[in-house]
Amino acid sequence: MRSIKLNRVIVTVFMAVAGILFIMPFLWMLSASFKPELDVMKYPIEWIPSKWNAVENYKQVWAGAVPFTLYYWNTTKVTLMSTALSLIISAMAAYGFSKIKFKGRDILFLVVLATFMIPTQAILVPQFIMYRWLGLFDSHFGLVLLAASGVLGTFLLRQFFLGIHDEIIESARIDAAGHWTIFMRIAMPLVQPALATYMILRFIWTWNDYQNPLIFLRSDSLFTLQLGIRKFADFSGEFYSLMMAGAVSAILPLLIIFMIGQKQVIEGVAMGSVKG
Amino acid sequence: MRKQSFYDNIAGYLFIAPMLILTVTLVIIPILLSGVISFSNWNFVSGLDGFQFVGLDNYTRLVQDESFHRSLYNNLIMIAVVPVAMFLALVLAVLINKATYFKTFFKVIYFMPFISSFVAIALLWRVLYHPNNGPINGFLRSIGFEHPPMWLADPKFALISVMIIMVWTSLGFNMVIYLAGLQNISRDLYEAADVDGASPLRQFFRITLPMLSPTSFFLLITGVVGSFKVFDLIMVLTGGGPAGSTSVIVYYLYEVAFVNLESGYASAMGIILLILILLVTLFQWVGQKKWVNY
Repeated sequence: MRSIKLNRVIVTVFMAVAGILFIMPFLWMLSASFKPELDVMKYPIEWIPSKWNAVENYKQVWAGAVPFTLYYWNTTKVTLMSTALSLIISAMAAYGFSKIKFKGRDILFLVVLATFMIPTQAILVPQFIMYRWLGLFDSHFGLVLLAASGVLGTFLLRQFFLGIHDEIIESARIDAAGHWTIFMRIAMPLVQPALATYMILRFIWTWNDYQNPLIFLRSDSLFTLQLGIRKFADFSGEFYSLMMAGAVSAILPLLIIFMIGQKQVIEGVAMGSVKG
Repeated sequence: MRKQSFYDNIAGYLFIAPMLILTVTLVIIPILLSGVISFSNWNFVSGLDGFQFVGLDNYTRLVQDESFHRSLYNNLIMIAVVPVAMFLALVLAVLINKATYFKTFFKVIYFMPFISSFVAIALLWRVLYHPNNGPINGFLRSIGFEHPPMWLADPKFALISVMIIMVWTSLGFNMVIYLAGLQNISRDLYEAADVDGASPLRQFFRITLPMLSPTSFFLLITGVVGSFKVFDLIMVLTGGGPAGSTSVIVYYLYEVAFVNLESGYASAMGIILLILILLVTLFQWVGQKKWVNY
């Protein structure tokens, strides 16, 4: 495209305005979380607060009646464990389904892939009963297992393992390396970008998940952040400045992770879905 | 070599074992159980003694259940979110791809709602939509609307309000996928069209749009399937209200299963939901051969 620079500047400015309109809700949220309650619903909107109440608001969230710090810790724990377990299980399965020839491989892969279509809500009732029966109900470990049972990682990573030439693996086999050694020493380092992508995506999804903790947790001391801000919102009722401070607290760590890994996230989402 | 293949078999099964065990226990067995439970009037409080087969009763009840009709109807209306988000995303993607600086910056901005939790988003929009003194209605009044809509408080507007949020959250995902699709279109096509003197608009309709048809199709299917799975947002934003105007199948299923404790009936609904999603996927298989030019 041999476009004139001026045109690009004009379109960029126009798009910037559209972009600002698009994230206005976030800006409003941030601004509201810094204000005293009385100023939140003022119109015209004070984008820059005239009176600041940020410290008090965030103190209310983090050191108030609802144990926010505990919820934060719970979410961090569950998310990190889910991500680690999911990554290992998915990578192993992906390697097995792509680089080892064994009986019934393709039919098993089809079965695993077919579970992709089952909506989680359709199996909530039996899962709930089984969890009660297996003693996994109301435990973080149960949530971790649920998060790790997703097949998307297997599917995504398999695509990348398929790109590794079989010759590399064959020659390693001739050098008497076992599959585990090849997997750890050769295959895994080669698909590092894909691993990073899936890791970040899994992290985001587990962090944001509301449905599983809602169904499979009972004890307040085990609550995750998503249940926590819901509870906090009910608790602080009409105090919108506090509600917004809670929402900001829930979104911010993810935004930071996303900013750092945005290239991986965006490319990963695109790679997993567009067949080039 | 025989020893080799024996070793490969064992290794293969060991590598996929953890994944397979998890999938079988947490997904495959539950879906089979769902099928069985859907033919019973069981609830999980009464234990195994209360288990009675009632044949197709749950399914016939679904046919007559007005709340279910309403939820299904709302789900069907919600599908409209998909083409709207796709259209907006395509326009943005083409503009960003062709004619702007700071591409990465724009990608990040539009992707932000996609990575934010639905709980936080629902809480935020509950305040934005506040009927009396929320910022949205404040703005509408300031530009001359005497009586702006009550949004989530009005049964006529509640579903539209939810759909606006859904467009907002799915725009970034659609845009990123379209941008990836645009990267894959060969430059030569446009250069040839330039030589032939085709206008940019004509190029868009004759080259860009047809070349993006696989991408569009992918987004259409994932969008439609995704629209049947919206739970977190409804749960926190409206709880299905007011007066059932924003209830969807997954939310009604949750209510029947975990509030009314009717496991059998909820399972039947889950099976119907699965069948709906299978139909959409089947439609994809057939449709791909017909409408998509690869």
